[in-house]
Amino acid sequence: MKRVVDALAPAALILLLLAGWEAACRLTGVPAYFLPPPSKVMLAAASGLTVLVPAAWNTLSVALVALVLAAGAALALALLVGLSPLLERAVRPLASALQVTPVVAVAPLILIWAGIDHPERAVIALAVLVAFFPIFSGTVTGLRSADPDLERLFDLYGASRLQRVLRLRLPAAVPFLMEGLKVGAGLAIIGAVVAEFAAGSGGVRGLAWQILDAGNKLQTDRMIAALVVLAVMGVAVHAGLERLEGAGLRWWRGR
Amino acid sequence: MTPTVALQDVEVDYRGRGRALGPVTLTIEAGEIVALVGPSGCGKSTALRLLAGLEPATRGQVHRAVGRGETSVVFQAPTLAPWMSAAANVALPLELSGTPRPEAQARATEALARVGLAGAGESRPAQLSGGMAMRTSLARALVTQPRLLMLDEPFAALDEITRRTLADDVLHLWSETRPAIVFVTHNVEEAAYMASRIVVLTRGPGRVAGEVRVDAPLPRPPGFRAKPVFAEAAEAVSALLAAGSEAVA
Repeated sequence: MKRVVDALAPAALILLLLAGWEAACRLTGVPAYFLPPPSKVMLAAASGLTVLVPAAWNTLSVALVALVLAAGAALALALLVGLSPLLERAVRPLASALQVTPVVAVAPLILIWAGIDHPERAVIALAVLVAFFPIFSGTVTGLRSADPDLERLFDLYGASRLQRVLRLRLPAAVPFLMEGLKVGAGLAIIGAVVAEFAAGSGGVRGLAWQILDAGNKLQTDRMIAALVVLAVMGVAVHAGLERLEGAGLRWWRGR
Repeated sequence: MTPTVALQDVEVDYRGRGRALGPVTLTIEAGEIVALVGPSGCGKSTALRLLAGLEPATRGQVHRAVGRGETSVVFQAPTLAPWMSAAANVALPLELSGTPRPEAQARATEALARVGLAGAGESRPAQLSGGMAMRTSLARALVTQPRLLMLDEPFAALDEITRRTLADDVLHLWSETRPAIVFVTHNVEEAAYMASRIVVLTRGPGRVAGEVRVDAPLPRPPGFRAKPVFAEAAEAVSALLAAGSEAVA
């Protein structure tokens, strides 16, 4: 019984808020371009579904491609850094600088480099940029997280540096890597959206473009509908990765 | 008797924390079982890592007649890699030193059987009880057929019945290949039961407060804990521990 109540609580809150919103709109007569009632937003979502779903897929696929690229680069660099403490000291400040620079500020530069004719490449590059850091830093931390006594056993058994990385540090880093991937996936979606905004009304027609386009036409209901789709997509991706992480951790721990 | 490893006037300093151990002079003969007993923080584990060659001495000399590959260590925690099966954990030291995988796995299975874990090879560490995990750790230490086996408070986290069973198992396993064993403990009875010689360290930085020989054959016969020789050894160790604490206090 308690579990049913727990599961229904968020839905009940959302319904309550929607009802309050709808009532407020009708009672105050606020213009729809300023704040449309949820019923109008739902209508806009339903009629715009054929546009919104491909746009959502566009943004999601960019984020996923970026996640894969970022994961590959982060893992490779983390392994190199794990093999050489000197390299780690050299890379750290650069990686931190990359992390604290807002993606919006870098976007124009990346757009020039990726070529004005290929805004989709720029969007992917920018999403990679934001997704990279959590995966990299998680993996680097994980590579150093192995049990110190296990490290001593590897000393004792005369393990080579490569053996130590492949058989001890990399497997020990797996939980940290999975956490980094989860955070990185969320950031990749944010990165993709921000990059779409920065790319403006170019050839990339993801959810951000829908929001911009609707905003330019003062179609506030369409704007909110696109936002809702974005939120639902983010929640779904996060939930999916959470389950994947849980399964991965169960496999790693053996139960 | 030939020394397996010897410490001569050895001292260990840790940067920022001062002296951790010594000066200590201590010889471990081939095939003997030596217990290192002392209060917490006296540097027992440091001494053990020195003997194993895992840590350098700040001053003094360490003579080792055994190679690194002939030394094994069992830590206080089982220290098993959670992502590997028990058998893979046991085979690891062999594989790291270049033994072909099939042979390593066969020897790991055999080592697991010797510690009473035949059939548990496919289990992951998380699926093992505390005692079984410790046995797996013991099998990993034995699989290389070491001439020097170091045990760092290996039973501290286990219940009384399990620790007594494991103490007998260790003695039984010792009688098969007779490696030199050095084990750290702060349990006086455990030291008197398992060791042929007990070295008592003073409060940190530890020095040798004295030695007690336990004049009885190994492995110990049933009912050994009721024998006068056991009680006398335990009493002598307790007296040395008390004196070692006073000397500093």
